[in-house]
Amino acid sequence: MSHQVVPVKVYAAVFGALLALTATTVAVSKLELGEYNFVVAMTIAVIKGTLVVMFFMDVRRASSMTRLFIGAGFFWLAILLVFLLSDYLSRGWLLNIHWL
Amino acid sequence: MADSEVILAPQEAGLQHHFDDSAQQLESSTLGMWVFLVTEVMFFGGMFGAYTVYRNMYPEAFASTSQFMNVTIGAINTSVLIFSSFTMVLAVRSAQLGQKKALIAFLVLTLILGCVFLSLKYVEYHEKWVDHHIPGPGFQYADSRYTHQAQILFYLYFAMTGMHAIHMIVGAGLLTTLIVMAARNRFSSRWYTPVEMIGLYWHFVDIVWIFLFPLLYLIGHTK
Repeated sequence: MSHQVVPVKVYAAVFGALLALTATTVAVSKLELGEYNFVVAMTIAVIKGTLVVMFFMDVRRASSMTRLFIGAGFFWLAILLVFLLSDYLSRGWLLNIHWL
Repeated sequence: MADSEVILAPQEAGLQHHFDDSAQQLESSTLGMWVFLVTEVMFFGGMFGAYTVYRNMYPEAFASTSQFMNVTIGAINTSVLIFSSFTMVLAVRSAQLGQKKALIAFLVLTLILGCVFLSLKYVEYHEKWVDHHIPGPGFQYADSRYTHQAQILFYLYFAMTGMHAIHMIVGAGLLTTLIVMAARNRFSSRWYTPVEMIGLYWHFVDIVWIFLFPLLYLIGHTK
């Protein structure tokens, strides 16, 4: 795992992209998009997070073992959020079913 | 005498005896650091989960709080943190190249940017204090319909940004340690693992903020 040194240009490009995305997310938040405001804000946040993880934290060159651990971590986070929301979002749905 | 003499293999810089070589040692450190960071993801994940549930229960109340969030400071702080991640990655790069002066310079710059972030956070907390937006007996809210529900948002705001700020303070301490170690010539282009590991920690704290900023500051911003 002898790491080759990454050129400053690559880091600078990622830095520029992160700043541009920050400006974009603030600009988009001023538009009236209804529910899509949240979707756009979260999509931009995920893109920014991925850029930091892949380039600044160098996961794109990490070993498969490390990637497996990271993937498992985020999978467990997904379980937490999905199961939590499947409970809270579905509450009250049954009240609308009159034939029950 | 020759029989009992232990012949030491030429040691690689910073290599502990229980590892085969530096590559294996670095991979173990990286994996261990990521295991720690995954527990941190779980820890913050719980708070993000609480936020998601309450935002879902009281969407109007949560949206109404965004007018009291200082988006300008929030956006500046986001940029400051991203800039500090950039200087951190340049510090790691300098360590890889064995450039001691550049390493120290970038670490100091990262530390300064971290302190700028915390100072701006202080300004924001002070604003909340002046506006009576601290959850508790003194809490006041402009829209009386939402006094209770908005208090939940401000509680989450302080819990999440507060935990984030504590991580920043810990990070500042770690950076100071790195600067001292670098000044004492502890790192070389062959061994700089602590710089890389604390770099991972610093970037993780940056990522938490990348998610906190839109969730706390930009929700219901259009209203």
